[in-house]
This record gives sequence, C-alpha cells and structure tokens, in this order.
Amino acid sequence: MAEPAQLSGPSVQKFEVLDSSRHSLLVRVTHWIYTLSFFGLVLSGLAIILAHPRLYWGETGAVGAPSLIDLPVPFVRDIPIRGPGRYVHYLSAWICVTTGLIYVLAGTFTQHFRRNLLPKRKHFSWHSISQVVLDHLRFKKPTEEGARSYNVLQRLSYLTVVFVLLPLMIWTGLAMSPAIVSVFPFVVTVFGGQQSARTIHFFAALSLVLFLLVHLVMVCLAGFTLRTGAMIIGSSAVRRDRP
Amino acid sequence: MNRMTRRRVITTGLATAAGVSGLAVAERIANRYGLIPPDHQGILGAGESLTYAAQRILTSRHSRAREFSRSEISRVAPVLGDPPVIEAYLRLVPGGFTDWRLTVDGLVSRPSSFSLAELKRFPVHSQITHQACEEGWSFIAEWIGVQLSFVLDVVGTLPQAKYVVFTPYENDNPPNVWWESIDMADALHPQTLLAYGMNGSDLPIPHGAPLRLKVPRQLGYKNTKYLHRVTVTDSVAKIGKGLGGSFSEDGYSWYAGI
Repeated sequence: MAEPAQLSGPSVQKFEVLDSSRHSLLVRVTHWIYTLSFFGLVLSGLAIILAHPRLYWGETGAVGAPSLIDLPVPFVRDIPIRGPGRYVHYLSAWICVTTGLIYVLAGTFTQHFRRNLLPKRKHFSWHSISQVVLDHLRFKKPTEEGARSYNVLQRLSYLTVVFVLLPLMIWTGLAMSPAIVSVFPFVVTVFGGQQSARTIHFFAALSLVLFLLVHLVMVCLAGFTLRTGAMIIGSSAVRRDRP
Repeated sequence: MNRMTRRRVITTGLATAAGVSGLAVAERIANRYGLIPPDHQGILGAGESLTYAAQRILTSRHSRAREFSRSEISRVAPVLGDPPVIEAYLRLVPGGFTDWRLTVDGLVSRPSSFSLAELKRFPVHSQITHQACEEGWSFIAEWIGVQLSFVLDVVGTLPQAKYVVFTPYENDNPPNVWWESIDMADALHPQTLLAYGMNGSDLPIPHGAPLRLKVPRQLGYKNTKYLHRVTVTDSVAKIGKGLGGSFSEDGYSWYAGI
C-alpha cells in the first residue's frame, strides 16, 4: 500500500528513513481529506448552533420551554452565516462520510485496524497501562522505537473516534432530518426525540473537537514537523544530528 | 513495454471516457427523474444536489412524517417573522377573512379561486406533526386543512407540472414577498396540507392566517404563511433569481428535508 519514500540527494542527506510504512497511503490521503471536511463541519456547525445555543431533551424545545443546557454564548440570528453554513455542513458531511467509508472498508480489508489499532493482550497489563499513563502525565516525548506503533491510549481513542463518535455524529445528524425519519422512524425514536438527537449531536461534536485538541498537543509534543511530515510523505525521517 | 504502455493508454482512455459519459448519463437521468434542485449551482450546489437526489430516492409518496398523540402537542409554539402590514391583508382581518380568496393558477386546466368557506367544505384532514426551525427549536402541533393534492385535482394539474409555487402577502418593510416552491413529490404527498386550523381552532394570525402550507417532511421555513396564491409551473428558473424561493435567494437551501 505505502510506497517507500525515496529520499536521496544532497538536501536530504541528513535524514534517514526509519520506517517507510509509518502511515500507509490510504491513511495519509483519507487523513487530510477528513481534516478539511472536519473543519468545514465544525465551523459551519458553529454557525448553525449559534442561532439557538440552547439544548433540550425529548422531541421538542424552544424559547419558553424548559431547556437542558443554556450554552454560555449569545444568540446570533441576524448575521447571515447560517444559510451558507448549512450548505457547507452538508457538502462537508458528504465528503466526510464518503472518506470515512473508504477508510473503514479499506482499513478492514488491509487489516489496518486489527494490526495497528486493536489493542493487543500485552497492552492490557497493569505495567503497560501505568507506564503509558505516567509517560503522558510527565509529557515525556516518545522514543523513536515507541513512536513506531500506537500505545494503548492512542489505540483506544482512535477506535472510539472511528467506531463510536463518528457513527454517532452521522446517526444523530440523520435523526434530525424530517425526510429521513419519515422513512426510518427508529433513527430518531431510539434517542427519545429530535431534540435529544440534536443534543447528542452537539456533545459528540464537542468530544471530537476535544480529541482534536489533545491530538494536536500530542503531535506537537512528539515533534510537530516530524509527525506531520510522516502523515504527508508516509515515513518517519529523523535528523541524524539530533539525538 | 511498448504494448503495456499502449494498453495502459487505451484502458485509461476508456476509463476516462466511461467516467465522463457516466457522469453525463447520471446527470441526464437525474434531471429526468427530477433529482436536481433549483439551487444546484456551484460547489455547494453539488452537495445540495447529492442530498436532494439521495433523499428523493429514499423517500416516497408513502413515507409519512411521524405523527404524535394529542397529549404531545407543545405548550409553546413560537413563530418567526411578523404578519403582513399591507392594506390588502389588514382589511381582511376584522371580517375573519370572509373576503379573502386563494388563487390557484399556472399549469392547470381550470384556474380557480377559493374562499375560506369553500376550502373548508373540501374533505378535512388533520395531523399532529413536529415542526423544526432551521435555527434549532421545534414544536409539535395539530394542523387542520385540505390536502394540497385534493385542490390540485379540483383545478386539474397538467402533466408537465414540476413545481408548485406559494405566494404570500407582502410582509416586510421594505416590501418583501417570502415566496417558496416545492416539487410534485411533496405537493402530492398525503400529509401536505393547505392548513386553515391549528390545535382545534382557526389558524392564529402569527401562524399564518387565514391559510398556510404544511409540508411536514421539510423544515419550518418551507411552510409558507399568509397564502393568497398557489401556482403550478414546470420551471422556477424565471421566477426571482431562479433559485426556487426567497429563502434560497437569502442563502438557505431550497430543499429542506435536510
């Protein structure tokens, strides 16, 4: 799947290819398409929620009816960001869902999930878990050896994002569509109503944004240029003149 | 090597040709079956076309918006937008809209106009459905009226009909007509009503008296209030900016089944 990076010539002499299959071509391409569509979804989602930053439980909710949570932001109704925001939201959703489907199908077929993301028995030993947690608490930079495969916290969080949070986003998104639920009513009734689906949609999105922030902090701690480079060209090239 | 290259050129060429003609065929089929919305232009319109086509293929005349029990009717039913302030509307209010008439015209064999009393003599339908505003809030209410499909039958819709356009009284200063349109799939749907009643009484003025559209498989803004004209047409390209409604001209998607 991944093409070995051909690094040669005077400008890259200081680099050494440590692991040519750090990220497969599939993972890299879907990662960046997904990144773009995720920004489209979050920004347009923000434009939409600001029109009515109150969350409810059940079927209905409106100003004058009891709310579950009043978000600490003002109602933004007169700035014309919502209409275009909705167009961007659905276009990004199509791109995100299509990319996600390709990623999940190909990842299953190539055993990417089983090999790289599913925690192995050794990951669940007390020693292994406490080591990973302590390393994170100390903001310890991973060794090159350690960075070659995902630790148990990475594995579990990636699996949660791919197989729990994103499917939940899609499901709750569809649950808010009166046309979709006219065909499949259970899509919304399992959540107890359209407003419940909207509330879960919001909190799942918030969890994804939090994941993104942690993900970015971790990338920076592990070496932003190196890690981002690996996600672009696929290999972990390490400067020799640095320990 | 040479053969391989030639083979590759041929297969790539064939694949490209197949892809391009495939897209052209897909567009022609989509157009024929009415799967392309009026606001299909540009990159954002492409996403909108996908959504509209996917939902039109999934939904059918038989997929019904969820209905609720009387006990689930919301105590709070907010509205957006103010009632019309023009004389033509205001003078109808004191008489309880007895002088109001609904004009039905366009691609119909018998263009007609109906008084409120005449509409009420048609078979009465009621539904308790959920209406969500694009802003995020929602409520459940009972709507009472006549099926749009019944009225379209009375006036005799012509076979080339593709859209029904709803024109309300002007209701803003400066004057603005919040017109909308829907496709025939929604226009002929059994739950699509011309509603003159709400929650057991006459339609209140803030909710669109004397008559509003109820199209419960779409968001609130498609449910045009303060109606005075319904027009059947084969194209919305020459109405306004050609986007199928004032909300689309304002930046909102024409199809709101989301």
